[in-house]
Amino acid sequence: MKTFLTEIKTSVLITLVFAVLLCGAYPLAVWAGAQLLFPAKANGSLVTEADGTVRGSALLAQSFTTDKYFQPRASAAGTGYDASSSGGTNLGPTSQKLNDSIKAAVAAYRTANGLAADAPVPADAVTSSGSGLDPQISVANAGLQAARVAKARNVPVEKVQELVAAHTAGRDLGIFGEAGVNVLMLNVALDQQYPVKK
Amino acid sequence: MNNPNAWFQFALYVGALLLVTKPLGLYLMQVLDPRGRTWLDAVVRPVERLTYRLCGINPEQEQGWIGYTFALLAFSLVGLLFTYVILRYQDHLPLNPQGLPGLTPHLAFNTAASFTTNTNWQSYTGEATMSYFSQMVALAIHNFTSAATGIAIAAALVRGIARQSAQTIGNFWTDTVRVTYYLLVPVCFVFALFLVSQGIIQNFKPYTVAKTYEPYTISVPKLDDKGNAVTTSVPKTDEKGQPVMDAAGKPVMVDQPVMVDQKVDTQTIVQGPVASQIAIKMLGTNGGGYVNANAAHPFENPTPLSNFFQILSIFAIPSALTYYLGRMVKNQRHGWAVWGAMFAMFVAGVLVAWEAEASGNPIHQKLGVAAADGNMEGKEVRFGIFNSALFATITTDASCGAVNAMHDSFTPLGGLVPLFNIETGEVIFGGVGAGLYGMLIFVVLAVFIAGLMVGRTPEYLGKKIQAYDVKLVILVLMVLAATILGFTALASVSPWGLAGLNNSGPHGFSEMLYAFSSAVGNNGSAFAGLTANEPHWDTTLGIAMLVGRFLMIVPIMALAGNLAGKKLIPASAGTFKVEGFTFIVLLIGTVVLIGALTFLPALAMGPVVEHYLMGAGTLF
Repeated sequence: MKTFLTEIKTSVLITLVFAVLLCGAYPLAVWAGAQLLFPAKANGSLVTEADGTVRGSALLAQSFTTDKYFQPRASAAGTGYDASSSGGTNLGPTSQKLNDSIKAAVAAYRTANGLAADAPVPADAVTSSGSGLDPQISVANAGLQAARVAKARNVPVEKVQELVAAHTAGRDLGIFGEAGVNVLMLNVALDQQYPVKK
Repeated sequence: MNNPNAWFQFALYVGALLLVTKPLGLYLMQVLDPRGRTWLDAVVRPVERLTYRLCGINPEQEQGWIGYTFALLAFSLVGLLFTYVILRYQDHLPLNPQGLPGLTPHLAFNTAASFTTNTNWQSYTGEATMSYFSQMVALAIHNFTSAATGIAIAAALVRGIARQSAQTIGNFWTDTVRVTYYLLVPVCFVFALFLVSQGIIQNFKPYTVAKTYEPYTISVPKLDDKGNAVTTSVPKTDEKGQPVMDAAGKPVMVDQPVMVDQKVDTQTIVQGPVASQIAIKMLGTNGGGYVNANAAHPFENPTPLSNFFQILSIFAIPSALTYYLGRMVKNQRHGWAVWGAMFAMFVAGVLVAWEAEASGNPIHQKLGVAAADGNMEGKEVRFGIFNSALFATITTDASCGAVNAMHDSFTPLGGLVPLFNIETGEVIFGGVGAGLYGMLIFVVLAVFIAGLMVGRTPEYLGKKIQAYDVKLVILVLMVLAATILGFTALASVSPWGLAGLNNSGPHGFSEMLYAFSSAVGNNGSAFAGLTANEPHWDTTLGIAMLVGRFLMIVPIMALAGNLAGKKLIPASAGTFKVEGFTFIVLLIGTVVLIGALTFLPALAMGPVVEHYLMGAGTLF
């Protein structure tokens, strides 16, 4: 028992030392390095306007629902695209609820993009992402939405396709992960280059 | 699986893992020797000495197994209380720009137990619950110390195997301090900066409110002045939409919340010191996310490249520890044999999970989802099918528990792999330290079984394995299995157990089985639809985590002490060789058979039956 009490004393002391070093000095050192070397990324890759208004983060999806914008993947974060409550639906493969929502999403996607009633729909277009904030859609999904966006903006579809290609990120170093299109950045570019006349 | 690029990524991963194993193993030799020398000595040595002086530690004084265990338990107990108190009173502490309240007692207990035991099960939503101070101090301290403790225990056990007629197995304080200072902190510092370069945030600013491009309207429950939901009485309807009548023929009335429209034109973006925490979360196989979506969140895992290094960092130390084992017992082929058994089971898991997820869900494919895309529910586009299946396998082979895709939405077989990985005891590389000491339990058992088969007294590296040793091994295996299955059975027949479920049918059972497997295995990943922030779940899971950690560690320390005291007997022609192909097969057989025999009935009621129901198109 005496040994145990001595060890308790050592434990308290070392916990305090660790708290200072591992919970104080270490994150502060990383913070200093991060702010010095990669300030934009360390602060959330924010998308800001000339007057400083923050419009979102290049890494986080936000809601777009109208035809003139490319639409992100469905989101189960909070009430949708809530960047302070990330998460997926967590519905399993035999869930009736998931089945119903995918069925509705498939029908809506086909109607919105003028697809045939039996055309296969890209999986990412009708499922919710893991984080609810997935900034990307697949290249196939963007390709199918291009005609709709072009029509709503009254520009040739080739112009929109060019912009999609410019905002497509390939695999990292050509090897890692999968290619994808950043929806927010693409939509911002669309508004800049082909604004909708009011 | 007909994706050549994915095979190439897999090959690169294996190559990178092999590449770090030996150098890191040799580095561990120096770190786990109080007189070891490293190239960081000039900077770190003074801090190390100062720590010993401030805490009154004599680094040269070795401890017996009881002393070592006492130190370890005292340290864990103090850490548990430290975290509990901070979490309860975070509203009175600094660095809380969002003004988040203190945690409830059951959630604070669950979380403190969770981080102390290297589990990092999270019953809460990180970004909406934890202040920066709680994240950085209360939680991150355990990310370092629980990892260091795990490595220390593995080192103590290896010393017990390597030494003969010895009374001591090392000094707990020296091991913990040296692992933290020479290994974890330096690697994490570099790793964290790399993660920032990929897009992970590191700041102390309050959450940013962004003005979004397309405002939209949502329907939310109307609240009165006190914040309670306003309800209205409406006739109850049955499944066909017909009003339900009572015996007197009057419509049955039920309360329904009143919904009002709310315009959403902003997005609140999470900020905070994330990168520093993610680095140690992965390297220390902790797995507790800063935000709820964990490594699926773009702020925790922004690119496929950050993903690659995160999964490499999970296996780096566990893999290197097998090399350390080989060096210490002066039988490198034994170290590689243990590595080989782990590696074979790892590859098998990846292939099954990958195939299942790539094949996708036939029910959804009938609705029109492109079959070639696989199961994308709960997955991120940048990772795709392969990297999600790979991550899920690695995080559960090890006791990491971070997730880059939602396991709850995996196909039944895709979800079976993580679940079974955890139920093997997480010995497929495993947690830092925990994987090796867990696997050595199976090594002793395998040697014992081989001894029975040939009718000789079993020997392990020149030490006789006797009744006492085998009893300790069986104790560990029994306690873990009984805790997982016992608690799952209890939850299955309790109203509170069923109330937490997000899915019905066999998938609901899988959610409960996964929760207790994850807690006892100190993994921390989840079928995350389960709502566990409730007194019963929080408490039972908290107990399960403590049992899974400490009732495993104490018998293992006793085993280490007992092995250290034994004499070496010279090898003879009849000695069973703990290297080469035969041994690898025997070891894999032992792990898989024990896991399968114990958990097959439970797995059959969850993912296995769900697999066939999915094929038949049954929905719940």
